[in-house]
Amino acid sequence: MIHEARLMLLDPRDTILVCIAPVAAGDSVTIEGVALSAPDPIGVGHKVARRALAPGDKVVKYGAPIGSITRATAPGALVHLHNMKSDYIASHSRDAVSEGKG
Amino acid sequence: MFQGFLREDGRKGIRNIVAVAYLVECAHHVARRIVGKVDDPDVHLIGFPGCFPNAYAAKVMRAIATHPNVGGVVLVSLGCESFDRNGLRQAIAASGRPVELLVIQEAGGTSATIAAGIAAVERVRAAAAAAPRAAMEVGELIIGTVCGGSDGTSGLTANPAVGRAFDRLVGEGATCIFEETGELIGCEAIMAERAVTPELGRAIEECVAKAERYYTTMGYASFAPGNAEGGLTTIEEKSMGAYSKSGSSPISGIIKPGDVPPAGGLYLLDVVPDGEPRFGFPNISDNAEIVELIACGAHLTLFTTGRGSVVGSAVAPVIKICANPETARRLAEDMDVNAGRILEGEATLDDVGEEIHAAMMAVAGGKRTKSEELGHQEFILTYKAFDPLGPACLPLARRAA
Repeated sequence: MIHEARLMLLDPRDTILVCIAPVAAGDSVTIEGVALSAPDPIGVGHKVARRALAPGDKVVKYGAPIGSITRATAPGALVHLHNMKSDYIASHSRDAVSEGKG
Repeated sequence: MFQGFLREDGRKGIRNIVAVAYLVECAHHVARRIVGKVDDPDVHLIGFPGCFPNAYAAKVMRAIATHPNVGGVVLVSLGCESFDRNGLRQAIAASGRPVELLVIQEAGGTSATIAAGIAAVERVRAAAAAAPRAAMEVGELIIGTVCGGSDGTSGLTANPAVGRAFDRLVGEGATCIFEETGELIGCEAIMAERAVTPELGRAIEECVAKAERYYTTMGYASFAPGNAEGGLTTIEEKSMGAYSKSGSSPISGIIKPGDVPPAGGLYLLDVVPDGEPRFGFPNISDNAEIVELIACGAHLTLFTTGRGSVVGSAVAPVIKICANPETARRLAEDMDVNAGRILEGEATLDDVGEEIHAAMMAVAGGKRTKSEELGHQEFILTYKAFDPLGPACLPLARRAA
């Protein structure tokens, strides 16, 4: 596998990579040996898809499931609240709290 | 080896502070003014705001007022609240500590009580200064850990580095406590496998199931908007990162707030109340968790943060370990250890684990943490209800008995 210094694979079973140095949208990143243009800006600590993910797929990090995909996600795309959900208790944002959706 | 403070009950502390405790919110201003006027970094304000009685709060206040870091106590009561002030005073006196009780309604009001309180602190402080010193070894320490303001780096750097430090400490005979079962949701099965008995493993799984039920009733997971801004998406993702603070030692038992572990080893503190949810969120903020760790005898707390918490605590020092290299630069004055260096290739997890251990030994020997130097002495205690520990919770202690 070609090393991508900004995206870290924590466990061989993982379906995501963790960003450890900032990536700008359009930057060339290497994912599973394939160079592609980053579709989203990625901040430190955020996750990107290691391969194409479909609704219902488990998101695996540290070798363990951390939730499920809700929208089709391309390799290299950000994986976050917009395309995955908890399998336990839903997460909340400040907007959702102030709008009474939480 | 370092010099601690020997208490009459045989326990040893790493600080010799005087606690000024208000026993209801109505006495808070007077107590705070006493502490402010005395203006001594070793005189700390603690207290309980409620007027209604609560066995949990009474147990935690008693545990903290007789904590080995405490040399003496001044209690400040309004006079009509439910708190059993005489019971607390007697427990403190029975522990061999100097204690004075002020009742605002008897002392003549605000100004008279503040003046009397300042004089009481001076007497208690003078008596506490006579506490004998004694050599103390790492195996005599109780260390808690908590995370706050976590982000996507917490589980990569600071939390597993604390886990390394915990593994070394447990090997040295120390007592280590991790907590917040609401932030262990999703980790219950792997955690249960580390229990020293199968029965304890099942009790651990029940603790986490209780936490999930409780937080579901509250309507929110233990997950703040800042967690998401820092890259964490779900409670189970946050949990996996938080869980790594516990290291890899066997789990010796489950305790509840105010229980001091019976021997060295790694313990899970069950912070989620028992029974139907009654009083709101289990812990309304990170400092409520730190207070519970101290009530379990923690001499100091290892606090990991990614977004950048600045808090410390009354009574027991807080060592802050920053997971995120960007936060470590921005909030440098608040961070004791920069674990973010791991992401920049400047240190390994083992290096930072050793650094945490060294920082802890220095702080145990008297060196002040960043939060102590900055004057942080947060303290918060609210209402909870707990059942007694189940028979599976402390299997090793039972065997020895």
